[in-house]
Amino acid sequence: MNKIYLDNNATTAVKKEVLDAMLPYFCEQFGNPSSVHWAGRMVSGAIEKAREQVADLMNCSPAEVIFLSCGSEGDNHAIKGTAEALKHKGNHIITTAVEHPAVLETCAALEKDGFEVTYLKVDKDGMLDLQDLESAITDKTILISVMWANNEMGNIYPIKEIGEIAKKHKVRFHTDAVQAAGKIPLDVRDANVDIAVISGHKIGAPKGVAAMYLKRGTKIGRFMHGGHQERNRRAGTHNVPGIVGLGVACELARTHLEENYSYVRKLRDKLEQGILSSIPEVKLNGHPNPDMRLPNTLNVSFNYIEGESLLLFFDMKGIAASSGSACTSGSLEPSHVMGAMGVEIVLAHSSTRFSLGADNTEEEIDFVLQELPPIVQRLREMSPLYNRTDPAPLTCDECRMVTITVPH
Amino acid sequence: MYTDKVMDHFSNPRNVGEIENANGVGEVGNASCGDIMKIYLQVEDNIIKDVKFKTFGCGAAIATSSMVTEMAIGKTIEEALILTNQAVAEALDGLPPAKMHCSNLAADALHEAIKDYKEKHSA
Repeated sequence: MNKIYLDNNATTAVKKEVLDAMLPYFCEQFGNPSSVHWAGRMVSGAIEKAREQVADLMNCSPAEVIFLSCGSEGDNHAIKGTAEALKHKGNHIITTAVEHPAVLETCAALEKDGFEVTYLKVDKDGMLDLQDLESAITDKTILISVMWANNEMGNIYPIKEIGEIAKKHKVRFHTDAVQAAGKIPLDVRDANVDIAVISGHKIGAPKGVAAMYLKRGTKIGRFMHGGHQERNRRAGTHNVPGIVGLGVACELARTHLEENYSYVRKLRDKLEQGILSSIPEVKLNGHPNPDMRLPNTLNVSFNYIEGESLLLFFDMKGIAASSGSACTSGSLEPSHVMGAMGVEIVLAHSSTRFSLGADNTEEEIDFVLQELPPIVQRLREMSPLYNRTDPAPLTCDECRMVTITVPH
Repeated sequence: MYTDKVMDHFSNPRNVGEIENANGVGEVGNASCGDIMKIYLQVEDNIIKDVKFKTFGCGAAIATSSMVTEMAIGKTIEEALILTNQAVAEALDGLPPAKMHCSNLAADALHEAIKDYKEKHSA
């Protein structure tokens, strides 16, 4: 069976060039870069080279790059560290309703500690109203946190415009750039960003390594206490192979950005148009203008079908995608992103994300377009919502806890 | 995450569809939680002759629906009422813990259909 991986927003395969660059740093050049001896000296240069490669992708100075273990660490550090460093100035944070849980849950944790958080609403296309953002700023606002691009529906947010607003009001600006990295240009200087976070495994580096851009002079509380690594900004022995891999992945992402954008975009557009034209009652989630979404991301709801069952049927054909249904989100509710866009509940449960990568081929997209319609039709035939004449039970008031006296 | 039996019933669900002129129909769940199961019964002489289902839900929801139809066919009303969601899950060699609560409603749907049958036939 062909294996077709269309879940690159979840994670990506490590690129061959990345792995090759990493391998010498396991057995031969194994030293701790903090050591003064030969073993340490052998690897410290590799860390600094990777720092330059990461800086080049984001257009910042290498000294502004801090290596971390994952994107969630970066978002936690950015938000909690800012709260700690600026609590004397205020206790208000502005973010959006569609952020990654690493941002939302961190903000929710700070609310318990007395911080106030504004969660900006999005419209039905998932976009922000920048006037809402500007008018939410008060003299207590210490941080604006808006993702560069959304992981679920791929919307790209106007980071440069938000950066201008933040600068005008002298409010710190953090952006979770995990999904944007490698897919669209990231210029943190041009966008007036103060903190940006990227993650290795989304761009062909391994899991367990990430980086944060911290603008020079930005005061931030420590997140990881311990040694003096990363100029006292992040303790913990460097993950040397991972960092080397992240550096190479950033360089590849930068040098192939335009080429990958147009290649992946062409395949995504083909998939999008193919699905919308061949299957009735499909809703596109996210911005209707494909220019406003990441080039690789397509999120659609196949009405009347629950997402997990759809994914399992795709999986039987070797197709890997993901869903915003409750069953796959690991909670009892469907995706908060679909909820924030006001996507109807059944459509939210049936939201399905295809996220492509440069390894995908046109043949794969053709195969997916051939396999999807019968799968969707089969599941629809199985659904009590399809071709239904009476209203479907919608609310939890009529919920499942049907009490039947069962004789024991 | 799912047992082979769950995957078997999910990928080849038994007794999918509707029964025209069913003499008992039951539905449980709701769209908000992401699971709706509808069971159609054909009861003759107190025995369940045929069961069909339609389900909107995850893999576990479809597999439990399929399993409950197999378990119910041929049983008397009284026997079918003793069937529990737990028994359906066990017949599938278990469900992941997260699914035990939210997607394991098939016996409830069957009982609702029996209740509907009884109401229609007690008059």
